[in-house]
This record gives sequence, structure tokens and C-alpha cells, in this order.
Amino acid sequence: MKRYIAKRLLLLIPIMLGASILSYSILYLAPGDPAELMLERQLQGVPTQEQVNAFKEEHGLNDPIPIQFAKWLYRILHGDFGVSLRTEKPVLEEYFSRFPASLVLFLLSQAISIAIAIPLGVISAVKHNSKVDHFSRFIALFGVSVPNFWLGLLFILFFAVYLGWLPAFGYGGFAHLILPALALGVSGCASIMRLMRASLLDVLHQDYIRTARAKGLCEKAITVKHALKNALIPVVTVIGLHIGHLISGMVIIETIFAWPGVGRFLVESIHARDFPVIQGFVLIIAMLFVVFNLIVDISYTYLDPRIRYE
Amino acid sequence: MRHNLQQLKSDKLALTGIIIILILAFIAIFAPYLSLYDPLEVNMANRLQMPSEEHPLGTDQLGRDLLSRIIYATYVSITAAALATLMIITFGVTIGAIAGYFGGIVDQAIMRIVDVLLAFPSLILTIAIAGILGPSLMNLIIAMTATGWVGYSRIIRGSVLSIKEKEFVEAARALGFGNLYIIARHIIPNVISPVVVIATIDMGHIILSITGLSFLGLGAQPPTPEWGTMLNEGKSFMTTAPHLMIFPGLMIMITVLAFNFLGDGLRDALDPRLRQVMMMK
Repeated sequence: MKRYIAKRLLLLIPIMLGASILSYSILYLAPGDPAELMLERQLQGVPTQEQVNAFKEEHGLNDPIPIQFAKWLYRILHGDFGVSLRTEKPVLEEYFSRFPASLVLFLLSQAISIAIAIPLGVISAVKHNSKVDHFSRFIALFGVSVPNFWLGLLFILFFAVYLGWLPAFGYGGFAHLILPALALGVSGCASIMRLMRASLLDVLHQDYIRTARAKGLCEKAITVKHALKNALIPVVTVIGLHIGHLISGMVIIETIFAWPGVGRFLVESIHARDFPVIQGFVLIIAMLFVVFNLIVDISYTYLDPRIRYE
Repeated sequence: MRHNLQQLKSDKLALTGIIIILILAFIAIFAPYLSLYDPLEVNMANRLQMPSEEHPLGTDQLGRDLLSRIIYATYVSITAAALATLMIITFGVTIGAIAGYFGGIVDQAIMRIVDVLLAFPSLILTIAIAGILGPSLMNLIIAMTATGWVGYSRIIRGSVLSIKEKEFVEAARALGFGNLYIIARHIIPNVISPVVVIATIDMGHIILSITGLSFLGLGAQPPTPEWGTMLNEGKSFMTTAPHLMIFPGLMIMITVLAFNFLGDGLRDALDPRLRQVMMMK
């Protein structure tokens, strides 16, 4: 097990190196000279040739690209992600000052997804082919099909504008969190619910469940104590895979609800062509994502002793 | 295969999906004949009107007829989604086939690139690339292709690995055909069918991505009628003219729902082997 973890950690190095090359090269995807583009933002006008040259000299943009990249990487490895052109604060500080807001939204929407999906999936599987089952499957199809940004807008329209129960957007107490988390959670619950249903149905047909029935256990005990535990394993996998979608969805939802998180700042920076922020944020998000995936993978071994990584 | 088709025919949801998709395709193709007004014609005297006999879905903030805009947007959004899917498949299949067929260092290099791309949450890189290239529908499609080919190339690589040692490939090689000819004429036709099915299932997702990123201002630009862009424009008038954000969103949902109905039916009608391929993705 220790060897497996060490191996996975070692494999992260080339992947993160690749990810940093990709993040850095974003700068050169922009049509035009990046120095000019960045200066245009800063000066709010067309820069003179001297200004461009001075900027290039200052930021080392005259070096060959591999050298630029190496210097950038060296600084990043020392915790220096550069300075935002827009706010003139360090990128790392910008990221981590917004991270808590995103994390809270992430956790609550994930909790809402799971809280809706698991019970619905279990009921659907236990009452297989009943009206409840058909209904919840329809809801699930609906859930994967509704655009989360539209759902967010409908929530604002209904709960904030018409009913006036909840604030439409902004950052404040728990009330501000409910609508964005609900919009993300509802659109994310469908895939978990469908898998919960399929997985539990599969487990309920296995022999050891028949044994439990033959023993005379009541149906509830069989489902909850014997079947659910095994049925949850693939569900956890999908929840893990789902994180990527959730992070992507958060970018849109944070923008709609003016939630001061990482995603909204990234979109604003993209519109403003704030290159250091875009490069830094994309790389940090990838780093956290990769580490998170590793943790999910390792946690399977504890969930399911049958899984042994060699 | 025939058995599968029959199963699909008896699946009411899948059939509903097909019918809705056909209707949407009809609307998209005949958009100029179906719309009563020019979708770009500004008429400030008529702005923000509620649905009426004259304008069945009302008018927007510039007095443009919403129904006509939605009809044209059907063409824009669905064409964009189809183009994105086509490009993703073309790149994914070609790269995957090359990796699987040549193996060795080529395969290693491609798979490392795949690993790196998978290190990013799906849309984050797409958003960054689309934004940096400059907001336009074409750049959005390019960005989606740049990140979307990965899943397909993994599937194709797996299938190619399993058939490249078969006799008919060896026979082609013995006859002296070039590698590229063998890939194009013998390998790809044999591995393409699951891709077509998976692409249908993926369509809903692609439409959500295109409209979502257009909603963020990274896709189609105003005044182009596109569902996501229209939602973005309409959201500021939510209190006075809620129809501006309700109808475009409804269209996105109906379209995605139709593809998911069909996709679900296809998934059920598939043989288990294909289901395994699906899981791999």
C-alpha cells in the first residue's frame, strides 16, 4: 500500500510538469503580443514601443520561451505565482482569499446532491419498476438535462424576485449560500442517483443477499446493513469523478450569483486578459484536482478491502 | 444489431427523443422560412413586450422578435454542437488510432499528453483557452476540441490495440499498403461504431457546454441569436421581462433532454461489450 501511494505520488511529478507547461503556454495562445495585450490593460490605451520594450525587459519576455518557462516554474516552485495585473496583488493571495468561499459552496452543493440522490436511488431500487421508481428516474433525466445556469436564474426569479425569501446574489450569511448551492446540487444529483439505483439493484440480486433473506432477515435490514455498503462503492467512484464537473459548474454558478469565489475571479480575469492570474489559477486548480483524485483512489482501499493496488 | 434497433423502437422515451431531435433539425434547417421577423431587426418602440398575438413569445430589450431569434438560435446552437462533436470525434479518433496502431514511443507520448489533459477539471481548461483565443463561437469550438478529444482517443486506442494484430490487418500489410492507408481504410471503419453511439450520448453534454460558455460571454457574441448568449442578455431584464430568460433556457433543456432520452435508449439497447467501453470513458 505504501509503495502504491509512493508510486502514485511520483507519477504526479511528470503530470504536474505537463500541466504547468500547458498552463504557461496559455500566454502564447492569445492572438497578438502578450506584452502589448497586458500593457494595454494596465495603461488603458495603446502602449508606445518603448513601454513595450521596457515591460518585456522587466518581465523577461525577451528570453527564449523555454527559458521564460523555466524561470516561471522556478518562481512557482518557490511559491511565487506572480502578481495580478488587475488588482496588483499576488496571485496566490488572490486564490486563497477566495478559496474558502468556493469550498463552502462546493461542500454544501455536494452535500445537497448526495442527500437527494442516495435516498431517491435507494427507494428507486427497492421499489423497482413501481411508480416511485419511474418518477425518480424521470426526475434524474430531467436533472442531467437542465442547464445549471438556467436553474440558477429560475431560482433567483422564483425565490428571490417573486417570493423575496432569499437574497438573489452576493456574499453574506448562510441565506446567500442556499440558492447557488441548490442550483449546483440539484443539477449534480441526477448521475449519482442513477448509479445508486443501478448499483443497488445489481447487489440485491447477488447470492449473499438471498442467503440473508433465507436467514429470515427483514427486507429493511438486508438493504441497509448488507446491500447498501457494497452498492455504495461505485457510487463513491462516481462522486469522485463528478468533482471535475462540479468545479466546472461552479465557475458558471459563482458568476451568476456574484459569489466571490475562485471561479468567478477566473472568469473575470479571462475577460480582462489578466495572464498571471489565469495561468496561476488554472495550474492551482489542476494541482488540487489531481491531489483530490489521488485521495479518492486511495480511499477505495479502505472502503473495499477487495481492491488491492500493486 | 437488428434486435437492438427493435428494442430501441419499442422504447418510448428514446422514440420521443428522436422525434424531438427531428423537429429541432427541421426548425434549424428551415429557420428563414419559419420565422416571421428578422432576428436582428431592432425596433426600440416595441422593446420588452410580453407575449402577444403579433409576437408569440414577446420581444427583447431591443424590440427584436423573441420567437424568430429562438428559431435562428436553434440553427446556431445545434450547428455549433454538431460541428464541435464532429471535430472532437475526428481528432479523437485519428489521434487514438495513431497511438494504438504505432504503439511504442508514439503511443507513450500521446498517452502522457492525455494524462496531462485529464489533470484539469473538464471545463476549466476549455474556458481558459476559449477566453484567451478571444470570445467567438468558432474559438469556443476550437477550445472544446482541444480538450474534448481525450476521451474518444482513449476508447479508440483500446479498440485498435485489440484488432491491429488480426489477420486482415496483417494481410493488408503483407500486400504492401502504407500504414496511413491501413489505418484509414481498415482500422478506423472497424472501431468507429461505438464512437458514433457515444457521441450521440455526449451531444447533450456538448450542448450544455456550448450554451453555458456562451452564457459566460465566451462563445457566440451579440447580436448573434444563440440560446446561451440570449439567456445572458435576458437575465438583466428578469424582473420586467422574465420571458427573455425562460424561453431560451427551456429550449436548451428540451434539446438536451431529447438527446438524453435517445442516449439512454441507446445505452439500454447496447450489447454489454459496448457498455464496458462506455464505462472506460
